[in-house]
Amino acid sequence: MDAEAAKLIGAGLAVIPLFGVGIGLGMLFSSIINAMGRNPSVADAVKGTGLFYFALIEAIALFALVVALLMLFVI
Amino acid sequence: MSTNPLAQFVIKPIVSLEIGGIDVSFTQSALFMLVGVVVTTLLMTLSMRSKSVVPNRWQNVSEMFYEFVAGMVHENLGKESRKYFPFVFSVFMIVLMGNLLGMFPYSFTYTSHIIVTGALALAVFFLATLVGIVRHGLHFFSLFVPKGLPILLLPLIVVIEVISYLSRPISLSVRLFANMVAGHTMLKVFAGFSVTLAATAFAALGAVPMLINVALIGLELMIAFIQAYVFAILTCIYLKDAIELH
Repeated sequence: MDAEAAKLIGAGLAVIPLFGVGIGLGMLFSSIINAMGRNPSVADAVKGTGLFYFALIEAIALFALVVALLMLFVI
Repeated sequence: MSTNPLAQFVIKPIVSLEIGGIDVSFTQSALFMLVGVVVTTLLMTLSMRSKSVVPNRWQNVSEMFYEFVAGMVHENLGKESRKYFPFVFSVFMIVLMGNLLGMFPYSFTYTSHIIVTGALALAVFFLATLVGIVRHGLHFFSLFVPKGLPILLLPLIVVIEVISYLSRPISLSVRLFANMVAGHTMLKVFAGFSVTLAATAFAALGAVPMLINVALIGLELMIAFIQAYVFAILTCIYLKDAIELH
């Protein structure tokens, strides 16, 4: 296989973690909505904590993106 | 016509300077860091000048920042929070200023460079480690041994804990840097769509990516705040780990 083609395929494969990130974010937001629906008085606390974990999960997607960008532009 | 969406991250020198073969030019990155420091200092000093019990608008802004960070530090560090508040507040403000100043058109986001976020993360990492070692001496290394660990698993878990401890500065810095790079690249890519469409027969359609961009800038503003918050709260959590050792 051509090295350039392998690089492009590798960059594509590097963003597979988005699969898990999608599931994780879906679970996170579904439980936030669940918690707020069951007990609206804790909405503020749940939102704050939720946004914090949102950023942690989103970071995984961005690590994958960095690896993909490294493959495309640096290596 | 489309331009490289990554071109915005190129560091350009404003005043070229070289001392002993080392490039120490005053770059636009340094300029925006300086602007961030000046804006923070002016905001905090000028707005608090009146020191009134009933705050005016500007005093409200700085009190909001203060109370937000103070609450966060107090929640994590409890009694000790006074000692570490200045550090956490400085880190929070410099990251927030970097993220927010970068949202202005034609400006530069210094937090989009791994060297800047890496240096900040290493400062946090070394401070937390030093605090732990100074307070607990050799007992600090019990941080790597979870409570109630079977002796058989000890060699394995300790290695894992050490690796996870050492990867903290990496994850802390890459999280912020990747968020900023991804966000600004996305904005540039959508702006590029507008420019490309404007040159075709469907020039009016070029407004659609632009409208999306407006919404994305709102999202980016939110992310700017969240990332500064996450950076600061992780700083608190690392300090808490060093102080309380689990």
